[in-house]
Amino acid sequence: MSALPDTFPSLSTPASSTLAARAHSVWRGARRGPLSLWLAWLVLAAVALCALAPGLVTHFSPVQGIAGQQLQAPGAAHWLGTDALGRDVYTRVVYGAVHSLSGAFVAVAMGLVLGTLLGLIAGASGGLVDDAIMRLVDVLLSVPALLLSLAIIIILGFGTINAAIAVGVASIAGFARLLRSEVVRVRRSDYVEAAFGSGGRFWPVLWRHVLPNSLTSVIALAALQFGSAILAISTLGFLGYGAPPPTPEWGLLIAEGRNYISTAWWLTTVPGLVVVLVVLSANRISAALHKANA
Amino acid sequence: MNRLQQLLHRIRPAAALPTAPIQATASAAVPVLSLSDLVIAYQEGQQPAQNVVHGVSFDVLPGEVVALVGESGSGKTTTAQAVIGLLAENGRLVSGRIQLGGRDITRWSPRQMDGLRGAVVSLIPQDPTSSLNPVQTVGRQVAEILRLHDGARGAAARRARQQRVIELLGHVGLSQPELRARQYPHELSGGMKQRVLIAIAIALKPALIIADEPTSALDVTVQKRILDLIDELRRESGTAVLLVTHDLGVAADRANRLVVLQGGRIQEQGLTQDVLRSPSSAYTRKLLADAPSLAQGRQRPAIERSAQNAQPAVVVEDLVHQFDLPGRSAPFVAVDKVSFSVARGTTHAIVGESGSGKTTTARDVVGFRQPTSGRILIEGQDLTALRGEALRLARRRIQLVHQNPFSSLDPRQTIFEIIEEPLRNYERLARAEREARVREMLERVGLGPTLLARRPHALSGGQRQRVAIARALVLRPQVVVFDEAVSALDVTVQAQILALLEKLQRELGLTYLFISHDLAVVRQIADTVSVLHNGRQVDAGPIEDVFERPGSDYTRALIAAIPGQKHWPSSPRIPHDATADFHSFAHRSAAQTPGLFQQAA
Repeated sequence: MSALPDTFPSLSTPASSTLAARAHSVWRGARRGPLSLWLAWLVLAAVALCALAPGLVTHFSPVQGIAGQQLQAPGAAHWLGTDALGRDVYTRVVYGAVHSLSGAFVAVAMGLVLGTLLGLIAGASGGLVDDAIMRLVDVLLSVPALLLSLAIIIILGFGTINAAIAVGVASIAGFARLLRSEVVRVRRSDYVEAAFGSGGRFWPVLWRHVLPNSLTSVIALAALQFGSAILAISTLGFLGYGAPPPTPEWGLLIAEGRNYISTAWWLTTVPGLVVVLVVLSANRISAALHKANA
Repeated sequence: MNRLQQLLHRIRPAAALPTAPIQATASAAVPVLSLSDLVIAYQEGQQPAQNVVHGVSFDVLPGEVVALVGESGSGKTTTAQAVIGLLAENGRLVSGRIQLGGRDITRWSPRQMDGLRGAVVSLIPQDPTSSLNPVQTVGRQVAEILRLHDGARGAAARRARQQRVIELLGHVGLSQPELRARQYPHELSGGMKQRVLIAIAIALKPALIIADEPTSALDVTVQKRILDLIDELRRESGTAVLLVTHDLGVAADRANRLVVLQGGRIQEQGLTQDVLRSPSSAYTRKLLADAPSLAQGRQRPAIERSAQNAQPAVVVEDLVHQFDLPGRSAPFVAVDKVSFSVARGTTHAIVGESGSGKTTTARDVVGFRQPTSGRILIEGQDLTALRGEALRLARRRIQLVHQNPFSSLDPRQTIFEIIEEPLRNYERLARAEREARVREMLERVGLGPTLLARRPHALSGGQRQRVAIARALVLRPQVVVFDEAVSALDVTVQAQILALLEKLQRELGLTYLFISHDLAVVRQIADTVSVLHNGRQVDAGPIEDVFERPGSDYTRALIAAIPGQKHWPSSPRIPHDATADFHSFAHRSAAQTPGLFQQAA
């Protein structure tokens, strides 16, 4: 990273305009961050680019194989080799990003929104409502997440989005429980009492004071959940509950490569490594968020 | 009160023991502690180290009490921590010298300091509730310091230590020391815990005890007893005490010499009576004028009697508030038949120690909780009969200001949003008009409009409390309830806020309900007072009546516990007790200087 400042020479000179000054301060703040955090953001940015514009990073087709080029080892023509149908593995991994990423977004958004809502209602109302919601959460927590996701996907049917929903539902309980504890803490604070004292009604006070002050740790959990969601969606894909072939979903890529593992190691290793990298990056960022809040 | 008398009886004979003749030998003796040009810096993150103590020098002679007085941020605690080698991790001794009993300990390693701590210099920490290990018995914790320093093993040594622990616990005035030694910290009250910590501090008969705000977490009557105990132990064994305190009243009562710190610099030091009689620095003069316990002269003008015929602003009748305790059949009675009424435009104070029911009363009056029985009339309207939206609408006439300005403001809102919020709740005003009201209120509480865009963390404690007051007043309420609203503030800031409250009351004709544990403050600001004890009202009436003719033993004990009395002009109606004889010369000198200590009412 030490070489990076040289690529932004204009920013390290005293800034003349406010925009440049702001960019300069952002840059200085970021440079103080550890290298691992930088790499984590870099990995996620690369994956996001692949998801948004896969055509920019590869010119092969993700579904059309090239005859006569089956099961080639990584080399100059195909950086990460080809599979049994002559499809470029690198291209398939790049095109698979959109499935994993959008799936993870849907899953996290679902867990975040529903879990936050449940936690907020439980923590804010207390009493019977709290008990009812939290016992429901206990039930959800007592079922293993993968089993719960499988059960839901059996009901909803196969597919990337359905898999994402299934993973999302399994994460609601964690969000709800965390937010409830935060809400209970914030609700007892003086400024919430003061808000009621100055005439605040229940819902507006909840929205204006309780929710914003409870959310910080939930945001860190969401980043962590993003990594686990990618892993869970890949797991479902691997087991065959996700997108059907020939979709280049990462879990499915690993599953398809299984049959050739002794002769063509790159088929499973490459998507496997990508999943590991993305999950690790999400965890690293979550840890940084958590630390910043603490 | 009984407890206090027992204690005094127990200690009095000990007072006859030979005490270190302080003044006579002072010049000859080697100082127990000598600081010269101490400079201490703190390092925050990547920023360059900042000096917080700039060249502090003073001596503590054997058997002497030196008070290090200052407000928060004055460097008094940092200085004390440096002496005992317990600076925070980012703290560093830049230059200067610390001598303990003639030995230079400035550059001693933590390991070397271990041998000193407890044996030569010991610490009585600030907060007794968090300074004891909750999973060990009190006896073990006292025995620990003995074990660390004698290092003896075996059953005989253990028995001897056990014996000494019980002796020590008895010595610091704990009843049933054998039982106490077997108890855990949560089974003891705050005052008892502080006694245990004192027992640990004196266990090895150190030459110097550093008492870092030893009583600021305790109730006033407990505070007095603990300070008496420290005084007593000091006289018995000739230990010197470095008393770190923000309370000039406490310092004036207990110390031979005062060292006044501000911003890490010594403003003034000298014999207590000299500093009090003729303070040489402007800062000390300001502190003296602002300390409510010392500034007896500032009294409120009597209430205009004409107002008394009008309907009272607040009437509380037979207020009872019970809490159901899980697992107990009988409910806990927090407030038991409390009645008072407050005339419009006057201030009524509710005084009591922790657990007296004063906060519960305040919460009921503001309408946050429903009392078990009784009536609360605000401007003739019964608050207890209201529910839901009607209660919400009634609440705008009575506003609450919290104790702690650091927790009563939402950290995510700007100052403008904080003050604006009550208006949005009650009035449909155009934005421009709301802004005008907010700005007007901010000016009234003495803050500049530049603060509007800031968030609470960028404000000082006093500024925050002003914002909280502005938020309470922006609705133009008739009654404002202050729940210990100045207790968390430094004395000079406290004096400013109290002056602001008086100004606002005059200008806006407000009625105040002032909840406090501090009788000295109450005396300054209140017209009438209710004294609560264990939920019952033990005394009530106009402030002078209650102060001059207290109707209950409890009120008398409370009044006697106000620190700084030793330097009040002699007035027969304030009951002085055994401790007053200690500094009789100071008494005289104060009486001779009516310029400083104006006649009390």
